[in-house]
Amino acid sequence: MLIRLKVNDEWRTADAGPGASLLHVLREQLGLLGTKNGCEQGECGSCSVWLDGELVCSCLVLAAQAHEREVRTVEALAGPDGLHPVQEAYLEAGAVQCGYCTPGLVVATADLLARNPSPSEAEVREALSGNLCRCTGYVKILGAVHLAAQRLRGRTA
Amino acid sequence: MDILLPRTLDEALGLKSKHPEAIAFAGGTDLMVELNLGRRLPRMALDIYRLPELRQWYIQDGTLFLGAGMTYSRIIRELPEFTALAQASRSVGSPQIRNRGTIGGNLGTASPAGDALPVLAACDAEVVLARDGDRTRTLPWHRFLVGPKKTAIEPDELILGARWHVTRGPGSFSKVGRRNAMVIAIASLCLVLDEDRHAVRVALGSVGPTVLRAPEAEAFAADALAGAGAWGDPAAHVPPQVLEAFGERVAAAARPIDDIRGTAAYRRHACAVLARRALRWALEDRLPGPGGGGPASRGARC
Repeated sequence: MLIRLKVNDEWRTADAGPGASLLHVLREQLGLLGTKNGCEQGECGSCSVWLDGELVCSCLVLAAQAHEREVRTVEALAGPDGLHPVQEAYLEAGAVQCGYCTPGLVVATADLLARNPSPSEAEVREALSGNLCRCTGYVKILGAVHLAAQRLRGRTA
Repeated sequence: MDILLPRTLDEALGLKSKHPEAIAFAGGTDLMVELNLGRRLPRMALDIYRLPELRQWYIQDGTLFLGAGMTYSRIIRELPEFTALAQASRSVGSPQIRNRGTIGGNLGTASPAGDALPVLAACDAEVVLARDGDRTRTLPWHRFLVGPKKTAIEPDELILGARWHVTRGPGSFSKVGRRNAMVIAIASLCLVLDEDRHAVRVALGSVGPTVLRAPEAEAFAADALAGAGAWGDPAAHVPPQVLEAFGERVAAAARPIDDIRGTAAYRRHACAVLARRALRWALEDRLPGPGGGGPASRGARC
């Protein structure tokens, strides 16, 4: 079926197969490969995107449900001036190893900091609890989140 | 697979009556796993996520109505004074899942491990069902949830939501799992004190074919609190033996099995521990001052 959705501020049309997920459409139809396919069960968070402003696992959204909706992916984070502060912080803190989980974690981090600019350690852990990383041990990731929070607060102060 | 995208409840009920085989789904967090893994491909699916009628909650004449499309995230944000419900919602999956998963999905999937279900059971919820032609009916939770992943819904019906009489008194939801997040309960428990009726209500998840209440344990606890004078006086001393015996009685009501997540014996033990703790928390929450749970939990509602 043909669906029309606004992806990263641009209206796009895609042909979603029967039972296809939003993840499948983003990657296979629209060529947005930043969103990763890790588990297709909502367990790993690698496919996290915003759907109408809410963080979701795109593997658990039927593509048809995104019809006439707004999707933002990790590709929308970097601007003309370069990387998003969250992306910068992940690089600087060494929070990226194999990189497969990174887009999902970056998106989840940006979502958290937009809602809560000064999260506690517990709040960070809860916000990232839907994202799995099998390389880093999470310590560097938590460091990156706090670094990004500091930077973003500095920006708005 | 054909996908039906109705814009109103009436339209959805008409479609469901015409296509009773269509699978109704909202957030899709259960359905999509099955589709992605190729476990099933229904011929037709009916998206009820957008229906405004299902996305609301309200309190009318002392009764809370919780629309089937209420997501766990919205419950946490909008209904924090319903402590046990908010706690159960916060223990579902991850933020991403809580943004999509709904109460209606929990009811429709009817997994014995559905996190919101012990809360609905402890609150004596009714499930509101609708079919085409403005016809609705309600079933008490135990007549709706009839077995593992089995409900009493008719093929031409949709779940409108759940409702229950709002009661005053502390309550909690707790669960045992192998990690802190993203976990399916090995055992879960909701306990509510009904201050007005002097009743204790306790429901168990993941330890039976469906959610269970523990009526004998409930009656025991209510009598013991009355015996200690605790209903009238939150500061009255409730002997530790009462908590111990309550835990054992709750465990006796469980009907657990061994499975990949835990043994029956462990689950039964967990029920006793959860029950003991939940009753202690509830009693502490009633106390004024720094020892108690503070105004938020004292004002808790079911």
